Amino acid sequence: MSLIHLQNISRRYQMGAETVHALRDVSLEIQRGEYVAIMGPSGSGKSTLMNLIGCLDTPSAGHYGLNGVSISEMDDNQLAEIRNREIGFVFQTFNLLARSNALHNVELPLIYAGVSAEERRHLALEALAQVGLTDRIHHKPNELSGGQRQRVAVARALVNKPSLLLADEPTGNLDSRTGAEIMALFNDLSRKGNTIIVVTHEEDIAKHARRIIRLRDGLVASDEKQVEGRDSKVEGNPNPTLDPRPSTLDRP
Amino acid sequence: MKILAEISESLGISWNALRANKMRSVLATLGIVIGVLTVTLMGAAINGLNQAFIKNVSALGADVFYVSRFKWFNNTYEDWVSMRKRPKITLAESDALSQQLAFADAVAPTADNEDSVKYKNRSASSVDIVGTTEAYLQTSGVDVAQGRFLTAADARGGQPTCVIGNDVATNLFRADPPLGERIKIEDQSFLVVGVLGKQGTMFGYSLDNRVVIPLRQYIGLVERNPGIDIQVKVGGLARLDEAQEELRQVMRRIRHLRPNQPDNFSINQQDEIVKWFHSQTATIAVIGLFVTSLALFVGGIGIMNIMFVSVVERTREIGVRKAIGAKRRNILLQFLIESAGICLLGGLIGLGIAWLVSLAVSEWLFPASLSIAIVAMSLFVSLLTGVISGFLPAWRAARMDPVEALRSE
Repeated sequence: MSLIHLQNISRRYQMGAETVHALRDVSLEIQRGEYVAIMGPSGSGKSTLMNLIGCLDTPSAGHYGLNGVSISEMDDNQLAEIRNREIGFVFQTFNLLARSNALHNVELPLIYAGVSAEERRHLALEALAQVGLTDRIHHKPNELSGGQRQRVAVARALVNKPSLLLADEPTGNLDSRTGAEIMALFNDLSRKGNTIIVVTHEEDIAKHARRIIRLRDGLVASDEKQVEGRDSKVEGNPNPTLDPRPSTLDRP
Repeated sequence: MKILAEISESLGISWNALRANKMRSVLATLGIVIGVLTVTLMGAAINGLNQAFIKNVSALGADVFYVSRFKWFNNTYEDWVSMRKRPKITLAESDALSQQLAFADAVAPTADNEDSVKYKNRSASSVDIVGTTEAYLQTSGVDVAQGRFLTAADARGGQPTCVIGNDVATNLFRADPPLGERIKIEDQSFLVVGVLGKQGTMFGYSLDNRVVIPLRQYIGLVERNPGIDIQVKVGGLARLDEAQEELRQVMRRIRHLRPNQPDNFSINQQDEIVKWFHSQTATIAVIGLFVTSLALFVGGIGIMNIMFVSVVERTREIGVRKAIGAKRRNILLQFLIESAGICLLGGLIGLGIAWLVSLAVSEWLFPASLSIAIVAMSLFVSLLTGVISGFLPAWRAARMDPVEALRSE
């Protein structure tokens, strides 16, 4: 069974008198453990697709099944529960709580999940260790670098062990070097078996994924598997700052 | 467990939000502080007045009847006109009552009027001169601080003696010891045999500015034909109603009233004063609390305003929280707790100031005191204000669409 099953999904918005068709009859299957990039120019519907897959929004028509559960008909509170349990979000602007330290930011999804304080701390520390931030847990976002902030955000996304990691332009606010670090982290997480979807308009970022879905005008324009090995150099590199790819080498 | 974590999470958030916007928080909280302060002070003032009053009145004794020409309270103008036609109560009637009442512990006829009192070359005007007998000591609840009270011999008309109130002692005698000295009322000299203990005030009048003299000397000297009030002390509080009825029947017999004639006298009791006073303070309390709660209402509007601003400012945060799994209820609760927390904080500060002010006020102006009930009420009211004024903003936050909220700058 696919993790994500989108069948004839449409999403329309009413903008005054005009109806905008953000997605037209999109069908997709994404398997557990896949590493997918969703690409497309602005207005192509990739944000809408991400919102639908992330259960932030529901389709106007069509059926969406996530992990065998039908999402299309859910109400606000049920969606919130699904998001809490099944999806970890990573945003372009990190979206951390500015006045809370890293540890508390990572604990937040667990608070809504109703996990006990002791267990929360344990899981949050585990997630922070996974992103290599054990020594920064009491720092607030403004005391962390951009890369570190995004790592905290990734830890927050991972902390409740979701079925799906959903990243929206995760490197958009980072310089290319730190961006590469974050992508290396994603590659690592993918190798450990996490299902990852990255929404981006940058080819360089998309190339890390094994599968690239391109959208245009609310339709799937192409859906292709990446050739294995294209990423192998990056994946095999234990130190992402020494990533030998040209895009990072020309900006030391 | 879960709800506790949510509450502590919300409290942490609101504390951070308060600290991040110090000036705004102070101003918003100030409205609540002032609101709670006025409401609490109003309550404290009424509470203090009640307590002081009860303390005064209880000195009168719950088991004392006052037989008078007039009924004390609940009189219409017509009642008053008809009561004026009643005959005055005479000393002879009081003596007859004293002989015929089986149950009475003490019967004290009293008359009083204002007059001036002289000591050497000093003089005090508007002193309450009370003419009575030795029984007054039992019926009126006064105590003797120095010397003795009037004796039966004094009352029967021996040497003119007097017992002076605390204010008279300090005003007229100043540092001199008053016992054994002589004061003059209407050119009659009286030997001071005792000083009464301090009584305080009732309805703003000092109970200590008086001189007690034998009634037989009072009649003719202060007033030629005084109307007499008879104080009747019943032994104990049980069977008070029966005692009152017996008192009424004896009094009717003394006055030779036929069965179809109404009473031409009234029997008053301390609890009537208490009831009357409570009805007055209850009215003051209702009006006062209404007026002062307007201040709290304005404060509540301030909080609502600030919460709306806070919700708009934190739209993105709301989006993030929703994205990672916060339900409507979580967001609603977060903002409700924040607004209730601000108001509770304001309430606590307001209470603290009210406590200090009520201390100062009761020291210099009038009695005021905070009771547990008032403290609880203030905190409850401020909490309620927070929940009510926070509800609309919180509801708006809770209903936000996560996609829209995440898109906001």
